[in-house]
Amino acid sequence: MRELVLTRHNDLIDPLVRVWGWEIPVYLFLGGWVAGMMILVGYFLLRGRNREDTCVCSVLPGTSFVLLSLGMGALFLDLEHKLYVWRLYTTFEVTSPMSWGAWILLLVYPALAAAFALRPPGILRDLFPAVDRLSRRLDTPVGVRGIAAANLVLGIALGIYTGILLSALGARPFWNSAILGPLFLVSGLSSAAAFGHMVARHQEERELLARSDNVFLAIELFVVALFLVGLLSSSQAHVAAARLVLGGPFTAPFWVLVVGAGIVIPLMIQLLAVTHRIAHTPVGPLLVMAGGLALRFVIVAVGQVSHWAKV
Amino acid sequence: MPAIVLVFTSARIRPEPRVPLGTVIMITVSRRRFLQISGTTAGLAAAGSVAGGLARGGAVAEAPETGVRTVPTYCDICFWKCGAIAYVRDGQLWKIEGNPADPLSRGRLCPRGTGGVGAHVDPDRLKAPLVRRQKRGQEEWAEVTWDEALNVVAEKLQKIKAEYGPEAVALFSHGIGGTFLKHTLRAFGTPNMAAPSFAQCRGPRDVGFALTFGEEVGSPERTDIRNARCLVLIGSHLGENMHNTQAQEFAEAIGAGASIIVVDPRFSVAASKAKHYLPIKPGADLALLLAWMNVLVTEGLYDKEYVDAHGFGFDTFKAEIASSTPEWAYPETGIEPSVIRETAREMARHRPATLVHPGRHATWYGDDTQRSRAIALLNALLGSWGRKGGFWKPVQMTVPGYPYPPYPKPDKGKVDNPNGKYPFASEALTTGIREATITGAPYPVKGWMVYATNLLQAMPDQRETIRAIQALDLLVVVDVIPSEIAGWADVVLPETTYLERYDDLNVEWFREPFVALRQPVVHAPHAQKPNWWIARQLALRLGLGAYYPWTTIEEYLDYRLTKAGLSFDTLKKQGIIHGEKQPVFFDEGAEASFPTASRKIDFYSTTLREAGFDPVPKFTRPEPPPEGSFRLLFGRAPMHSFSRTQSNPILHDGMSENAVWVNVHVATRLGLTDGAYVRLRNQDGVLSARIRLKATERIRPDCVYMVHGFGHTSKRLTRALGKGASDAQLVTRYATDPLMGGTGMNVNFVTLEAEA
Amino acid sequence: MARYGMVIDTRKCVGCTDCVVACKTENQVPEGLNRDWITDDATGSFPTLHLEIRTERCNHCDNPPCVACCPTGASHVDPFGAIVLVTPEMCIGCKACLASCPYDARFVHPDGYADKCTFCIHRVKDGLDPACVSVCPTHCMTFGDLDDPNSEVNRQFASRPHHALMPAAGTEPRIFYLT
Ligand SMILES: Nc1nc2c(c(=O)[nH]1)N[C@H]1C(S)=C(S)[C@@H](COP(=O)(O)OP(=O)(O)OC[C@H]3O[C@@H](n4cnc5c(=O)[nH]c(N)nc54)[C@H](O)[C@@H]3O)O[C@H]1N2
Ligand SMILES: Nc1nc2c(c(=O)[nH]1)N[C@H]1C(S)=C(S)[C@@H](COP(=O)(O)OP(=O)(O)OC[C@H]3O[C@@H](n4cnc5c(=O)[nH]c(N)nc54)[C@H](O)[C@@H]3O)O[C@H]1N2
Ligand code: SF4
Ligand code: SF4
Ligand code: SF4
Ligand code: SF4
Ligand code: SF4
Ligand SMILES: [Mo]
Repeated sequence: MRELVLTRHNDLIDPLVRVWGWEIPVYLFLGGWVAGMMILVGYFLLRGRNREDTCVCSVLPGTSFVLLSLGMGALFLDLEHKLYVWRLYTTFEVTSPMSWGAWILLLVYPALAAAFALRPPGILRDLFPAVDRLSRRLDTPVGVRGIAAANLVLGIALGIYTGILLSALGARPFWNSAILGPLFLVSGLSSAAAFGHMVARHQEERELLARSDNVFLAIELFVVALFLVGLLSSSQAHVAAARLVLGGPFTAPFWVLVVGAGIVIPLMIQLLAVTHRIAHTPVGPLLVMAGGLALRFVIVAVGQVSHWAKV
Repeated sequence: MPAIVLVFTSARIRPEPRVPLGTVIMITVSRRRFLQISGTTAGLAAAGSVAGGLARGGAVAEAPETGVRTVPTYCDICFWKCGAIAYVRDGQLWKIEGNPADPLSRGRLCPRGTGGVGAHVDPDRLKAPLVRRQKRGQEEWAEVTWDEALNVVAEKLQKIKAEYGPEAVALFSHGIGGTFLKHTLRAFGTPNMAAPSFAQCRGPRDVGFALTFGEEVGSPERTDIRNARCLVLIGSHLGENMHNTQAQEFAEAIGAGASIIVVDPRFSVAASKAKHYLPIKPGADLALLLAWMNVLVTEGLYDKEYVDAHGFGFDTFKAEIASSTPEWAYPETGIEPSVIRETAREMARHRPATLVHPGRHATWYGDDTQRSRAIALLNALLGSWGRKGGFWKPVQMTVPGYPYPPYPKPDKGKVDNPNGKYPFASEALTTGIREATITGAPYPVKGWMVYATNLLQAMPDQRETIRAIQALDLLVVVDVIPSEIAGWADVVLPETTYLERYDDLNVEWFREPFVALRQPVVHAPHAQKPNWWIARQLALRLGLGAYYPWTTIEEYLDYRLTKAGLSFDTLKKQGIIHGEKQPVFFDEGAEASFPTASRKIDFYSTTLREAGFDPVPKFTRPEPPPEGSFRLLFGRAPMHSFSRTQSNPILHDGMSENAVWVNVHVATRLGLTDGAYVRLRNQDGVLSARIRLKATERIRPDCVYMVHGFGHTSKRLTRALGKGASDAQLVTRYATDPLMGGTGMNVNFVTLEAEA
Repeated sequence: MARYGMVIDTRKCVGCTDCVVACKTENQVPEGLNRDWITDDATGSFPTLHLEIRTERCNHCDNPPCVACCPTGASHVDPFGAIVLVTPEMCIGCKACLASCPYDARFVHPDGYADKCTFCIHRVKDGLDPACVSVCPTHCMTFGDLDDPNSEVNRQFASRPHHALMPAAGTEPRIFYLT
C-alpha cells in the first residue's frame, strides 16, 4: 500500500496535468494535415501534374494556407503571455522543437504561397495582373521543381515536428517515443489524401488519392502498433503509460475513435470504393480527418496524465 | 507495483484559472505579481505616514513610505507568544520572521506565525463596530461608531448591574490580549472570567501534575525536549501541534538520536519518527501507564534514589499498581505485553533524560486528571522532574504590575463551580458559567463579554452554548473576524490584529527569564481598535476612570518597565530583554521543592483520598463505540490555529478544508472512496457538513479523525464558509472530569454517510 | 561557479508547511499557487507504516528538460549557481516547460508567464539562505554549493543514505533527501 498526499494544488497541474486543452490538438491536427498536403503538392509538382487540372495543385495550397493560419490561431490562443509572442523570433533554440517549429512555419508560408501562385484561381489572375505575371514567372521547370522540393521537405519537417514537439517532453512517458513523429506524419498524409479524395473532380485523381490514402491508413495502423509495442517494451513508466490506452481510462476513445472510426472503418469503406464495390462518398474521408483530429486529442490528453513513478 | 493513491488534502482547483481569487485582491496594473489587499492599501494610503512614523518613533512623515523596515514584536496566532520580526516594504506588511534573540522562536516561527501576514490582509476582517438588527444569530447588523457601540454596551452593563449585581456579567477571554478587559470587569465588580484553555484544554493535566509535584506544567510547557534521550508522546502530536519551541526541540531530539515512543490511535507525524509506535485503543492510556509503572517497579528499573529522596507513599502506590501487569493491560489497550515491557525498559535505560510528555489538550475522556497524574507519576519513577532531559523549573523576570486602586470585593462568589463541586478546579470553568447562565443558579448571569475566543467552536455542545446565549440580556464579542460567536452577539467590537497594536508585556515563565513586547507594525486598515483602548473606553463610560490613570498603553508599559529598571526604547528596538540566567534543574541548584500536602512527590495522594477520589490512579474502561460507529477524534493541522486561521488567505491556501481520516479497509467495506465527500452523524443525530474522506492506513479501524476548526458557518467568513466540517458541532456529549470539571470530548461516536 | 542544491533531512521534517508559507510571503506567490509543497509518502499497512515527509520544489536539475524545450530562451540556467530561472519578459506562456517537468514544479503565473522556485536567488546573492530554508523550524534543510567539497550541504550529503526524486526521468535533480 502506498499513499501519496500532496499539499500542492496548482491550476492546470493538479490533480492531473492539463496544461493543453483543445488548442494544441487542433493545432497539431491542422499542422499535420497541412504537412500532408504539402507533401502531396510537392509530389504532384514533381510529377509535373501542375499542367493538369488536379485539385492537389489547385485547391490544396490555398486550403493549406487557410488551415495553417487557423492552426496558428489556435496555437496563439493557447499562449498565456500573448503579447510576448514575438520572442519566438528573437532567438533560435536548437534543443527546442517549438523553436524549430516556429522557424519552419515561417518558411512554410512562402512555400505554400509559391505553390498557390503556380495555379492561382482564375478570378485572381483576372483581377490582379501581377498574380498572373508572378505565376508565369514561377512556372519554369526550375521554379516548379524548386517549389516542389520546398513543399516536400518542409511538409515532411512540419509533419514530423508536430510529433517531435510532444516526444521531446520526456516528462510524459506516453509521448516518449520517436515514432510519434512518423505517426503524426503519416496521419497528416492520410488526412491530406482523404481531403484530396473528397474534393477531387476527376476520377483518376480521386482514385489515386483514395488508393494512396488506403496505403497511408494501413501504414498508420502499423505505426500505431509499433508505437504501442515500443512503449510496452520500454521502462515501467512507459508500460504504465501504454496501459492508459490498453485497459486504462483512455482505452475506449483510443480504440473506438482513433483506431476504429478513424482508421479501420474508413479503410474498409475506401477499399470497397477503390474496388468499385461501392461509390466514392465523403464518408470515408471525413472519418479519416475526424480520426486524425481524435488522434491528436487522445495523444495530447493521455500524454499529460502519464508520468514517472513519483519517487 | 504498489497502488498509488493520490489525494489532495487541500485541493482547491480554481474553476476560473485566470481570475484571481477574492474580489479585492490584487488591484493596480502591475498588480498580480504582488498579493495586495485593497483594504491594506487603502488603509495605508491614509496611514502610511503614520506607519512610517511608527518606525521613526512617532515623527509623522508626509511622503508615502518606501524601502524596508523591520519591527520586532511577538506572535499571536496561538498562545505560545514567539518573538518575531515583521518586515514592512514600501508601507505594506511583507513578511514575518522569528526573532533570533527570542528563546521561544529561536529565530524561526511556525507556519502560522509566518502566515500571520494573512491576518492583517484578510479581506473578511471586521471593520467597524456592529449592532445587531435582527434576531440573535441571524448575522444582520448595523454599522455604528465606536461611541455609539460603547455607549450601548456600557448602558446595558449598568442595567444588568443594577438589576442583578455586577456578578451577573461574565467575561470569556483567551490570551494575553484580554488583560485590560479583565481589569475593567474586575473593577466593575465581577469575579466571573474564564478561558477555554482550562476546562477544554490543559486543566486536567495541570491539576494532575499539581496533585503530584505540587506544581503545574504551565504554558509554555516546562519540558526539556531538546535534551531528552527518550521522549514518550501520548497523543501529543508534535509536528502537527506546532507549538514552536516544542516542534523545534522535537527535531533536535530526533537529530540527536533520541529514542521516541509514540502512543496514538492514529499514525501521526510524530509516530512516523518513533522507534516504537503503539497504536493504542482510544481511551486506554491510563491502563498502559499503569502497566508501564508496574514494569518499572516490579523489575526495579525506576530511579530508587530519586523516589526515596522525594517520594511520598511509594509503598502503598506500589501495592496499588501490583495487579496492573502488561498482561492485564493488553486486552484494554491492544498493546502486546512484550511491547509494553520493552518500551518500559527503553524508558528506564535513558532515565532521568526520559521525558514522558504531559500533553496539553488533555480533555479526552473525563478521567483526564487521573491519567495526567499517572503521567506525572511515571515521570517521577523515571526521576525526570527537575532533571535535564525531563522537566525544568521555570523562572521569570520581576516586572512589577501597574498600581491600580483595589478592586471592589464581589458580594457573591464565583458562579462557575458552586460549592466546590469540582474541588480541584484551579481556574474558572467556561462550562460552569454556561450552566449558570442557563439555569440561573447559583445566581443569574445576564451579560457575557467574549474576547478572542470562539465559544461555539471551543466549548462542547453548541446547543447548550446557544441556549445560554438566548438567556442573556447582552452578548458583546470582541473579535478580529466575523467568527461564529460574533454572529450571535448583540454588539460586535472589531479589534486590531496583533500586528497593529500594543499588548501587555510578556513576562514569560520559561527556562530563561525574559520580557517581550508586542508593538504595532502597521496601522489598522479600518476602524479597528486595540483591546486596551476598548477596555479603557468602556471603563470610562462605566465610571471606572480611576482604574485607568494612564491614557495610552505606552504610558502603562513605560511605567512597568521603568519600575523593573528596563528601558522601553530598548525593548521597542529589540523586542525582547533577557534577564539573568538562573538554575532550572535540581542538579544545577534549582530547589527541589514540592508544594504538595506531603511536601513531597505524592505517589499516594492523601489530598485526593480526603476529597473522596482514588489516591492512586485507577483505570476505568471507556464506553466502546456502538457496532457500526466510530469514535470521533480530532487534533491540529500545522498551518491552522483552532478556528481562527481558516479565513487567513495565506494559511487557507495551505489547507482550505479538513478531511475525515478513515481506515482504508473500513472505507472499502463501507463502499466509500478516497477524496469523496461524506457526512458524519453522531450518536445524537447531529449531521455534519460535508467533508472529504481520507481513506488511509494511518488510523485504527475503530475511530475516525479530523482537524479541529473547520466547517465555519459564519456567512461573512467568505473564504472559510462551508469548507470542511466542524468537530465541535459533533461534540454534543462530553464526560466531565469529577476532579476539576474538565470536559472530555473524545466520547462521541459517529457513522459515515456518503454524500450524494 | 557554484552549483547550488539542497539536502533535506526527512527524519527531521515534520511537514509543517512553514517552508511553503514562507515562500508565499517572501516571493509574493499568488493565492492558489505554490512554488514548493509537501508530499506525505506513506507505505506499509497499519500499524507497521513508513512515512517519508518531503518538502518539494523545482529541483534545479543538472539536465533540465524545461530549459531544453523552451522556444524563446526564457527558461535558462543562470550562470549564478546554475540556478534554473524564467525571464518573464521573454516567456510566451506556451507551457512546454510545464509539460516537460516530471516534477510538475512549474505553473503559469496569473500574469501569464511560467513561474516556479528560483532558489530565492535574490536572497542567495545577498548571502542569505532561501526563505524556505531559513524559516524551517526543524532545521531539516541545507542549501549550498554542491561543487564545494567543504560546504555544509556536501557534508550532509555524505552523512547518510539519500535519494533524489524520479531518477529514471533523467533530469539529474539537485535536491537530495536523506533517509
Ligand atoms: N498547528 C497548531 N498547533 C497547535 C494548536 C493549533 O491550534 N494549531 N493549538 C495548541 C494548543 S492550545 C494545544 S492544547 C495543543 C493540542 O495538541 P496536543 O495536546 O498535542 O494534542 P490533542 O489535540 O489533544 O490530541 C490530538 C492527538 O491525540 C490523538 N489521540 C486522540 N485520542 C487519543 C487517545 O485516546 N489516546 C492517545 N494516546 N492519543 C489520542 C490524536 O490521534 C491526535 O494525534 O496544540 C497546540 N499547538
Ligand atoms: N471540538 C473541539 N473543541 C476544542 C478543541 C478541539 O480540538 N476540538 N480544542 C480546545 C483547546 S486545546 C483550546 S486551547 C480551545 C481554543 O479555543 P479558542 O481560543 O476559543 O480558539 P478559536 O476557536 O481559535 O477562537 C479564537 C477566536 O479569537 C479570535 N481572535 C483571533 N485573534 C484575535 C485578536 O487579536 N483579538 C480578538 N479580539 N480576537 C481574536 C478569532 O477570530 C476566534 O474567533 O478550544 C478547545 N476546544
Ligand atoms: S507557535 Fe506559531 S502561531 Fe504560536 S506564537 Fe509561535 S509562531 Fe505564532
Ligand atoms: S518548514 Fe521544514 S519541517 Fe516544516 S515542512 Fe518545511 S522542511 Fe519540513
Ligand atoms: S525540476 Fe522541473 S522545472 Fe525544475 S529544473 Fe528540473 S525539470 Fe526544470
Ligand atoms: S512557457 Fe515560457 S518559459 Fe516555458 S517553455 Fe514556454 S516560453 Fe519557455
Ligand atoms: S528556494 Fe525560495 S523560491 Fe524556492 S521554494 Fe524556497 S522559498 Fe520558494
Ligand atoms: Mo489548548
